[in-house]
Amino acid sequence: MNILKTYKIYIGGQFPRTESGRYYLVKDTNGNPIANVCQSSKKDIRNAVQAARKAFGSWSERSAFNRGQILYRIAEMLDGRKAQFIEELTQQGQGLESAKKEIEMCIDRIVYYAGWCDKYQQILSSVNPVNSSHFNFSVAEPTGVVGILAAQHTGLIGLVSQLMPVIAGGNSAVLIASEQLPFCAITFAEVLETSDVPAGVVNILTGSAEEMLPTLAEHMDVNAIFLSNVHAEMEKNTQLSAIDNLKRVIVKNDEWTQDSTQGISFISSFQEIKTTWHPIEQIGGATSSY
Amino acid sequence: MTDSNNKWEYAPSLEGTSHIQLKEKYDLFIDGKWIKPSNNRYFDTINPATEEKLAEIAWASEDDVDLAVMAARKAYKEVWSVMKASERAKYIFRIARLMQEHAKELALIETLDGGKPIRESRDIDVPLACNHFFYYAGWADKLQDAFPQRNIQSLGVAGQIIPWNFPLLMAAWKIAPALAAGNTVVLKPAESTSLTALKLAEIIQASGLPAGVVNIVTGNGDTGAAIVNHPDIDKIAFTGSTAVGKLIQKSVVGTSKRVSLELGGKSANIVLEDAPIDQAVEGIVNGIFFNQGHVCCAGSRLYVQESIADEVVRKLKQRMQSLYVGNPLDKNTDIGAINSKEQLGTIEKYINIGINEGADMYQLECEIPSKGFFCRPTIFTNVAQSSVIAQEEIFGPVLTIQTFRTIDEVIQKANNSPYGLAAGVWTDKGSRIFNLTSKLRAGVIWANTYNKFDPASPFGGYKESGFGREGGLHGLEAYLK
Amino acid sequence: MTAQHNNFTTIPHSPSIDKVGVEERVARFQTRSIKGPSKMQGLSMVLSMIDLTTLEGKDTPNKVRQMCYKAQHLHDFQEGLPTVAAVCVYPSMVSVAREALKDSTIKIASVSTAFPSGQAPFEVKKMDTQFAIDAGADEIDMVISRGKFLAGEHAFVFDEIAAIKEICGAKRLKVILETGELATLDQVRRASDIAIHAGADFIKTSTGKIQPAATMQVTYTMLMAIRDHFDRTGKMVGMKPAGGISTSKLALHNLVMVNEILGEAWLSNEWFRFGASSLANDVLMQYMKQVTGKYQSADYFTID
Repeated sequence: MNILKTYKIYIGGQFPRTESGRYYLVKDTNGNPIANVCQSSKKDIRNAVQAARKAFGSWSERSAFNRGQILYRIAEMLDGRKAQFIEELTQQGQGLESAKKEIEMCIDRIVYYAGWCDKYQQILSSVNPVNSSHFNFSVAEPTGVVGILAAQHTGLIGLVSQLMPVIAGGNSAVLIASEQLPFCAITFAEVLETSDVPAGVVNILTGSAEEMLPTLAEHMDVNAIFLSNVHAEMEKNTQLSAIDNLKRVIVKNDEWTQDSTQGISFISSFQEIKTTWHPIEQIGGATSSY
Repeated sequence: MTDSNNKWEYAPSLEGTSHIQLKEKYDLFIDGKWIKPSNNRYFDTINPATEEKLAEIAWASEDDVDLAVMAARKAYKEVWSVMKASERAKYIFRIARLMQEHAKELALIETLDGGKPIRESRDIDVPLACNHFFYYAGWADKLQDAFPQRNIQSLGVAGQIIPWNFPLLMAAWKIAPALAAGNTVVLKPAESTSLTALKLAEIIQASGLPAGVVNIVTGNGDTGAAIVNHPDIDKIAFTGSTAVGKLIQKSVVGTSKRVSLELGGKSANIVLEDAPIDQAVEGIVNGIFFNQGHVCCAGSRLYVQESIADEVVRKLKQRMQSLYVGNPLDKNTDIGAINSKEQLGTIEKYINIGINEGADMYQLECEIPSKGFFCRPTIFTNVAQSSVIAQEEIFGPVLTIQTFRTIDEVIQKANNSPYGLAAGVWTDKGSRIFNLTSKLRAGVIWANTYNKFDPASPFGGYKESGFGREGGLHGLEAYLK
Repeated sequence: MTAQHNNFTTIPHSPSIDKVGVEERVARFQTRSIKGPSKMQGLSMVLSMIDLTTLEGKDTPNKVRQMCYKAQHLHDFQEGLPTVAAVCVYPSMVSVAREALKDSTIKIASVSTAFPSGQAPFEVKKMDTQFAIDAGADEIDMVISRGKFLAGEHAFVFDEIAAIKEICGAKRLKVILETGELATLDQVRRASDIAIHAGADFIKTSTGKIQPAATMQVTYTMLMAIRDHFDRTGKMVGMKPAGGISTSKLALHNLVMVNEILGEAWLSNEWFRFGASSLANDVLMQYMKQVTGKYQSADYFTID
């Protein structure tokens, strides 16, 4: 007889059970139970946002090079545990070849964003030639705590494609995994935990999007929401809830399996442009006036 | 030793208004023509410094807005989006030149209609507005170079709603990048300050810009709502209060309209003990009294390190003595009229709240005109972060002053606000500047300066101060796919 | 005020200065529009504040006598004009000026301390000063040792000023910083603070031999030093921009600056002077334009 595993959730670098004490059973295509998964609650969202806020400051201030190193480490760790991920995908009903392909794609995508960590700034930033004696420059800064609803139709590639540009850009994240395909999400949390990702930078919850997304969208300490492949009603309600603190709501409906579903625009969607002015002493100086 | 017979007062030095040409009645500028409002309704626009009527302004109805959007759509499809980009640039350059030629008239009208000192409209608002057109004109045929990573495309028809604090400048901030990016425009100026936008319409007409590329519809909030809710508009750009910004955002949810919002603020201006103190005092004055404090990024929350607080407040009060409050047309006026009776009421309400909260108020003792809407420059000391006057946007010449002990404390307090538009930092130490500028959560940081604007410099906020940037390369983004 | 109460170590910390900020502030003074009666009053004040100056190697007794006459008779065709505040000459010309001005209220200022470079032994500088006083000078315009200042020997500069002030006694001492050689406004501010604390009755921008001289940025910086000293001690110190102020407009802008920074108490020649050789006639021409309504020609204003 197989051991019936219970997948926990991932908050602030810990793997607690949902504080609600609720679970749901995920079955294989033959209807056999495979594992118990946490049915997370509003309070788990609250705890996760708290952890993400706490982690945001130091993650965003880390050197970009260091963030790149950590993201690359995630790819390495995932590569080392490929077999488990493939097994989980197939358990959930995916074909073996397709599962293999998806995990390879996930690894590639993480490597891709690892490379972006110390480069996007140079593309998004500018030195601005103002008409006065000032040095003026604009830089990209992370938006803050980002709530992500992972694409529900994929076990991992959607999650990875949405999460990586968010954290590569220095944000912290609270992610709601696919309700029906949750295993890889939690196993991926274990990968994150062993990849030097600081506690709280990524928080992953399983359960019902219908139940948790409104809480995340209404949360006043969440700065942006990243949706993928949700139905119109859910998108609209999220947009409405986001207005209270003017969260940036980014919607990208995608299969996430193409190369075009990665790029700097996924990073820049979760960046704010900050412009700084400082006087320059000599230009137009007093010496030429009289 | 003091000889008191040397008093030297500046005689009034009024800018003449004889050569400006105002119509008695302004219609709507739609499809390159002046069109009467469908319901034939007009409202008065007054000079807030004298309360005298300047002209009658058309009140655009929903039907009129519809007409304007149709004209903009037609112009977009048939002319503007298919025109060679370099030709588009030339039209925008031409508008910039014509504005420069009308600079003096524009400045005078801006002052008459809005109450701001002629020195500011002449030296700041109007030149910046002209420069904005110049700046974006040059982008029109270089858009793909701005965003080499993707295939850029214009959006279509942009509905733009602007505030009353920098009427012409805001019109320029909105129209210039929209046109450069290949969009057409329906713009609504603020109810109390329509005149310079209408003058701009005359200039645009004279420039030969194809009909319908820019349409200017005047009116109140209902007119604005008609624009926001119009189904054939692709993009809404709004500058104004956070409350209205949220309403707009709500209206467009579920549509494919794109939105950029430039909203309110309660920006922190931070003075450290090693600051160039006299320039900091100047920055404080410029931060809060520029344009009567009607500035979304006004440095309205002053934080002074405790060790120099007394000195800074003393110097600030001293500096305030040489501020001239009065007739906006006087070239020596530093602080003109409050834009409207309503706004004056809001400011006075907050001053009373400050007094009731137990803060210590200091106002410049000066005569103010008996007619018109005027407010003495006001500072509050003995203020806490929890005071209402330190949290809410007042949009007037009212400064709150708090002290702090350490840099960590002031970073925390500065960021302790739903807003995130701008911040000021005053210190002599470079490494400290970079520490503060990187940790302050705001879209514009002025280090050892304040309230500087430039067409090449992106402007816009974090958090509830809005999203999207105006100015610079980043400002194009709001008008491109 | 005597220097004995102060010493170099008691000079307060000088605030740092951001030059771009100063330029912006100065630009604001320059936008003040002075019209009608305010302009007349201002121009008249400017005339009364001039230290009419000749400081040339080729100065002769006759040149000095002619200038002294002009000092008392600026433009005799117009009644009600003031005389200038003082004449400013080399020590060797003081006795000539004394004789020419007789009982006039116009003061005689003498440069000293090896003007303009100040590169002479301390003993020579003291003798130079004593000589001028003995010859009848009412005011001494000394130069600081800029070389020493730039080498960081601020105490030396302080002591020198204090020693010269001791020789001056009740005679008023103007201390020339030669700001064009100090390069930065931070240095100008520090030198101002040193001079004030060492006993200067006036601080003065320049010798007129070095460019740039009395820029408004420099004068602004020095006025702020005076303001801070007054706020701290209640003691007034005078200001004299010198060199390069040759038009009425610039002079009026300087007055605006004094008016708005220090206030009306400083708006007299007891506390504010212009060191200038050619300013007076431009002011007179503007004055007569106000009186007659006609633009004036230089041919109608005498040169001495």
